[in-house]
Amino acid sequence: MHIPDGFLDTKTAVAAGALAAGALGLALRQARAHLPPRRVPLLGLAAAFVFAAQMVNFPVAGGTSGHLIGAVLAAVLLGPSAAVIVISAVLIVQCLMFADGGISALGANIFNMAVLGGVGGWAIYHLVSRAVKGLFGRVLAAAFAAWCSTVMASVACAGELASSHTVRFSVVLPAMAGIHMLIGVGEALITALVLVAIARARPELLQPDEATEPRRSYGAVVAYGGLIALGLALFVSPLASRWPDGLDKTAEVLGFKDKTAAPVLPAPIPDYEVAGIHWSTLGTAIAGAVGTIVVFVLAWLLARVLVPNTRREDTASPPGGR
Amino acid sequence: MRHDFLDRYSRLDSPIHRLPPAVKLVSALALVLAVVLLPPSRPVFLAAVAVVLLVVAGLSRIPWPALLWRVILLEPFVLGVAILALFQPGGWRLFLILVARSTLCLLTMVLLSNTTPFADLLRVLRAWRMPALLVTTLSLMYRYLFVLVDEAQRMQRARASRTFTPRRRWAWRTMATVVSQLFIRSSERAERIYAAMCARGWR
Repeated sequence: MHIPDGFLDTKTAVAAGALAAGALGLALRQARAHLPPRRVPLLGLAAAFVFAAQMVNFPVAGGTSGHLIGAVLAAVLLGPSAAVIVISAVLIVQCLMFADGGISALGANIFNMAVLGGVGGWAIYHLVSRAVKGLFGRVLAAAFAAWCSTVMASVACAGELASSHTVRFSVVLPAMAGIHMLIGVGEALITALVLVAIARARPELLQPDEATEPRRSYGAVVAYGGLIALGLALFVSPLASRWPDGLDKTAEVLGFKDKTAAPVLPAPIPDYEVAGIHWSTLGTAIAGAVGTIVVFVLAWLLARVLVPNTRREDTASPPGGR
Repeated sequence: MRHDFLDRYSRLDSPIHRLPPAVKLVSALALVLAVVLLPPSRPVFLAAVAVVLLVVAGLSRIPWPALLWRVILLEPFVLGVAILALFQPGGWRLFLILVARSTLCLLTMVLLSNTTPFADLLRVLRAWRMPALLVTTLSLMYRYLFVLVDEAQRMQRARASRTFTPRRRWAWRTMATVVSQLFIRSSERAERIYAAMCARGWR
């Protein structure tokens, strides 16, 4: 899902970069204000952990293998703001050291995977684990949130590619969302398994403390929510509706429309009035909704299998009880 | 410890390696932006950038196969997205332009990372007033990346030597245990590092 250089036009790259910078700045401010100093080195170590964990290959059918992405795992273990910093650090290193993900698309990649994937995933995790108590609830919530976060990030990625007129939305949305609905299943499974394994070995690492359960700072919640909503409104909603492209309009108003001519390839079909597009968007939306329900049920079953007895696990597993 | 898979050639000695890191970072950024922003209707420009990059690559004394291999390794990500462009009318032209542009940018970034040690890049970022907490996180991450990758490999080797016949059914659970142990060890290491930092008068 790392967007390489050359796939985004100026307006999209600048808008995504601004959103990512805003969210990262907010995360750093939150961390500086609320993170106890003893957890500062943990940010760097957790980033190295996510990086190293991505190198552990999980065998999938047919000789292929997948790996953890880790946004939701980081958010569950460290809290949303720390997750944004950790995943952003991973993306920055991947970009500068491995040329994995373009430097002009770094903002977009941070927005998709760290902000939308991390904070968005954490929000879902938080809501579900509030509703369903205990380790069972946490595993269910983490698995479900991991799937949602992967799919959300891929949808935003598709939206960015489409609003850059690189690929048509009707082509890129089903492709990206479809693939990531499958990848997300793997991500959910790995996240749940890792979480259960940590809970068995070191349950205290999963105890909520002030760092992972931030005091109600409504300001931060509103700011994150606003940034994410703005991103979705800019990149995704214009393409799924008949409204004129808001980002194009903004670029026009700000007067750098001609500079955005970068991919001057005459966009094959410049507007989205083609009937088929709406069907394909609608089809993907329906598939997404059905998929979400199915995944929630699967996550429930998975959590049941991994955490068979809710009541015993609730009273924190006894020391040496593994 | 085997860490040559990372920035293996970044400490060679060549005219390019001796350039100040800030200059290299700025020129890499400028090249990428130029390639991305300039209208692709003039392939001459892309060819010019390609020549510049090849000259830099030649001067940097990085072995050609290594350079080529890095770019090829990253190419699937580019092709994966670019292929989608073929599914629309006139897509092949868009496809070629996308691939050409992204490959040039890839080569630029690969050259940057293989001629500049990451620690030097971090120093530039710090001088550019990047938030201190982020730079601290990045430098700790870079420092312990090798340690943790090494630890992960060691755990996997140990697992492989103990599991006589890896059974598919349990493979994922075993791998998940490796990942969870990796997290536990990193958080323990973070505690020790914090104690060491305090002992040396941090903050």
